[in-house]
Amino acid sequence: MKLFDIKNLSIVCGHYGSGKTNFAVNLALHSKEQFPDRAVRIADLDIVNPYFRTADDKDLLERRGVFVSVPEYANSNVDIPALPPMLIHMFSSKDDISIIDVGGDDGAVALGMYRSNIEAARYDMYYVINMYRPLTDTPESVYQCMLEIEALSGLRCTKIINNSSLGAETTAEDIIDSVDYARACEKVCGIPLVAHTYCPGYAPDLREKICGTKYEAEPFFEISDVTKKLF
Amino acid sequence: MAKKVLMKGNEAIAEAAIASGCLHFFGYPITPQTEISEYMAKRMPKVGGLCLQAESEVAAINMLMGAVSTGARAMTSSSSPGIALKSEGISYIAGCDLPCLIVNVQRGGPGLGGIQPSQSDYYQATRGVGHGDLRLIVVAPSSVQEMASLTAEAFDLADQYRMPAMLLADGALGQMMEPVDFSAFEKRDLPEKTWVTNGTKNHGGKKNIVNSLYIDPNVLENSVRERYERYALLEENEVKYEEFMTEDADIVIVAYGITARIAKSAITELRKNGIKAGLLRPITLWPFPKKVLGELADKTKAFVSVEMSMGQMVDDVRLAVNGKKPVYFYGRTGGIIPSVEEVAAEIKKISETL
Repeated sequence: MKLFDIKNLSIVCGHYGSGKTNFAVNLALHSKEQFPDRAVRIADLDIVNPYFRTADDKDLLERRGVFVSVPEYANSNVDIPALPPMLIHMFSSKDDISIIDVGGDDGAVALGMYRSNIEAARYDMYYVINMYRPLTDTPESVYQCMLEIEALSGLRCTKIINNSSLGAETTAEDIIDSVDYARACEKVCGIPLVAHTYCPGYAPDLREKICGTKYEAEPFFEISDVTKKLF
Repeated sequence: MAKKVLMKGNEAIAEAAIASGCLHFFGYPITPQTEISEYMAKRMPKVGGLCLQAESEVAAINMLMGAVSTGARAMTSSSSPGIALKSEGISYIAGCDLPCLIVNVQRGGPGLGGIQPSQSDYYQATRGVGHGDLRLIVVAPSSVQEMASLTAEAFDLADQYRMPAMLLADGALGQMMEPVDFSAFEKRDLPEKTWVTNGTKNHGGKKNIVNSLYIDPNVLENSVRERYERYALLEENEVKYEEFMTEDADIVIVAYGITARIAKSAITELRKNGIKAGLLRPITLWPFPKKVLGELADKTKAFVSVEMSMGQMVDDVRLAVNGKKPVYFYGRTGGIIPSVEEVAAEIKKISETL
């Protein structure tokens, strides 16, 4: 299902814990499905937090034909804050589809280093929001957070992804409840909302629930939860 | 705030502390608990509180001691090596009978160890967190919801029994995200803090002294004995645990924290294959649920302590079971989280010998 144009370069940013990594991994898998003949690459700029990051999904992504570029020594004894060398190639390639998982505020700072390369590419910067995260639960705080990310990276966000979720306990109602919030965020932030994500595994009845309501025409985007499962 | 919110365990601790009236936080960054400090730094100024990043763990624990001496609710947090640094201060706080909360989001050790989750500070928390005859209340959450609710509960327990409490979590619980409901906390009726050092005019000209130095051994012995009377009350009244499928269990897993979540999934798998396993999850590690383990020893055939350590809590399980039934151990350490499959396989192996 094609919901929004995927450009050569997609940058995924958002407040800490909004589900950036999960969305970025899904976007990479989705891009590969849509463009099986093009090289799809994903890079993780999370150079700070050692837990729950793209490196955890490396096997899944590679099995599905996505090239994964994580900080070279991620999850090893020399886990140093060095960025993957593949990044420069990702910014300049005209043929590949590249997805960059910015990974928190510190990632946005690192991103700023590549500002001129990014601006020269055809890119989108997706701003991932989650109503159930306490520090971004209002359109005002979402806008504030967007300004902070833009100030740190020197880049403008171009599209909003409503990734509102309560993890494995998310119900169809929780997702539907977030639509008005996401639309309000769109107004305040002044950039288009392109999708509301949902995991059919957690909310299998979503399509049924929105049938015949004002939410029927909303752009719901199916994703899966790729977070590492501990139990 | 919406009724349910999605939070990291570390954030849930911080928010629950603020919701419980803790307006003073003294920290020093260390993975995997730094989000507590980050969250406090963002939220405290908005609620009129103080988040202070000290110059070291030693400084932070002593600042905490000063704050709680005045009757304020206050806390500090760290991870394993940082708690070791705080241990002198913790002993002084215990010696001064001061209530406070110390959070340990455990990582692998000894030494600098690693930054992945571990449960190898069980001895430290329940035995050796400081010099002298002392105990800490130790609570062990196993979900993000409990990271919040047990933070609130630990503050209340500390106030009620006038002693330091520790919330013993691990890196996995600190970093993972789950929904939390902050509306469901129980509140206790707490004694008035008549002992605080907030100026004599606040207590009718009476002079309060917060001190842990007693040169006269008779006076020191009396003060320690009085403290142990409070500890005995805690052991009698505040033991918390959860039982899962123990009713007909042939084999009872004893696990706390994240390991208990893994054990539950393993038990569900084992039951599908006809192996009657159950779980006893201590929620308070001190006081330890000795009595219920002793009772279970009369019904079940064996116990297995599953830990992310080389075997620490297993000592307490053995003491509680008191030789009535065999007590086995299974653990991973160094930052490795055991998988559901490996725990299930280990229990299956043990069940075949029964």
